[in-house]
Amino acid sequence: MTISTSTEIAGVRFKNPFIMASGTFGFGKEYSRFYDLNLLGGISGKGLTLHPKAGNKGTRVYETAAGMMNSVGLENPGVEAFLAGELDRMTAWDTAVLINLGGGTVEEYRAGAELIEADRLARVRDNRRGADMIELNISCPNVKEGGIAFGIDTGEARKVVREVRRATKLPLAVKLSPGAKDIAEMAAMCEEEGADAVSLVNTFTAMKIDVRERKSVFANGYAGLSGPAIKPIALRLVHQAAKAVSIPVIGMGGISSAEDAVEFIMAGAHAVQVGTYNFVNLRAGAELTQGLRAFMEEEGIASLEEIRGII
Amino acid sequence: MALVRSNIRIAPDVYILEAEGHFAGKMGQFYMLRGWDDYPLLSRPISIHDKAADRIFFLYRIAGYGTERLSRLKPGDDVGLEGPLGNGFPQISGRVALVGGGMGTAPLYYAAKQLASADVYLGFSTEAFGVDRFTEVAQSVKVNVGGYVVDDFDPAGYDAVFTCGPLPMMRALAVKLEGTGIPLYVSLEKRMACGVGACLVCSCATKHGNRKVCADGPVFRAEEVELNDDFNIH
Repeated sequence: MTISTSTEIAGVRFKNPFIMASGTFGFGKEYSRFYDLNLLGGISGKGLTLHPKAGNKGTRVYETAAGMMNSVGLENPGVEAFLAGELDRMTAWDTAVLINLGGGTVEEYRAGAELIEADRLARVRDNRRGADMIELNISCPNVKEGGIAFGIDTGEARKVVREVRRATKLPLAVKLSPGAKDIAEMAAMCEEEGADAVSLVNTFTAMKIDVRERKSVFANGYAGLSGPAIKPIALRLVHQAAKAVSIPVIGMGGISSAEDAVEFIMAGAHAVQVGTYNFVNLRAGAELTQGLRAFMEEEGIASLEEIRGII
Repeated sequence: MALVRSNIRIAPDVYILEAEGHFAGKMGQFYMLRGWDDYPLLSRPISIHDKAADRIFFLYRIAGYGTERLSRLKPGDDVGLEGPLGNGFPQISGRVALVGGGMGTAPLYYAAKQLASADVYLGFSTEAFGVDRFTEVAQSVKVNVGGYVVDDFDPAGYDAVFTCGPLPMMRALAVKLEGTGIPLYVSLEKRMACGVGACLVCSCATKHGNRKVCADGPVFRAEEVELNDDFNIH
């Protein structure tokens, strides 16, 4: 049987549905020491903001039962430094490249998107490969500037999506927060505003108190929970979002095996992202890709369309 | 994956894990250890304590659930090892002093072995451990239990000093070496997730902006890093 693991979103072909999630994979370089990144469906780079950010002070990671919380706070080199210093290395890999863009104000998001659009045009002119997609982050819980304020309320989110959609012709995926008041309404808004996809879910806003010190472990108070602990809720949210829109959905939340990925695809996802599991297994991307192919062979599945959204 | 050869308690809550296999690594580098399948989720960064042609050793203290799980490993069990990671101490020709406090003595043993004629200063808060091993490989060993090891240390005549231990100890050492021109290399410890420089949970503040303890360190020149608690360097 001929098996195809490929999937397509807004004209961008992914050789398999596995995209490495923003914030867990840097810009790819570190993991390229451990396996061939050409095996991946895609990479969503570390979340960028218009200006460089040093990130949060204090403890940035804390383990939980079946998960972890992070409070990195969008430490990043800024959009310009990324475009000048990192993007070429990413586009040299035969894998889809997503630029994850965050912001604190609508203006900041727009300015970031404009820089990315200018880079796209310059690369078209020079016949150089550029980024394949923007993943608009309106859901980072760790900084005010990460967009979580936009991620909760559909009306607020609409302003950002509209401005960024106007600013760029790149395919646009909007990364949603599990904290959205109404995930179906949020996803539908993204479709109305011309987004090409939605990706969900970002981390859950969470907390840890050190009872001896009598204070939050995190300088910021709250942090973002990820890992297998969130998978069942993430899956339900992806299912609800997929029912609400006709644009592709990129599902994520605790995926740690090929079968986990299949669950998200059956819930309606075109592609999936793998985040925390990269920390568990440095070769996660390569092994999940193999695992999915083996699963499809076992189950006699020739293409992902056969199982997408069947639940 | 490697086979556990031994996992011996050498002091209360302190163990040396010995694994079989040929492993690369310089003094001051570390491995991500995983003595379980699924949980805890994250592997644990542990510095190379010693290495032989077909063996690697890790000295660790039970500090939480992960290291407690490591302590349960028995000969013949599998242990996941990813590494070597990080930069490690520089190879220095000349007189080198190694100043370690508590678990900070862990990476210094392999350094003492590599350097062959180092002078070693070890500080412990309540009970010394692993001292005999140092006396076999170092030029000299001074031990301080319950006091301040930095007080015992006279920097005169050294070409470099390597240190690893509690932040106040390393800070006191940095103050002591100020103006002497003797380079001080500090090995930092932070909670890590990926261990390879991608996730940025172990960032520390330096004069040149943030650096990653896992990938740019764990060894830094003392004057480069801000030895304060802002980024929870410990």
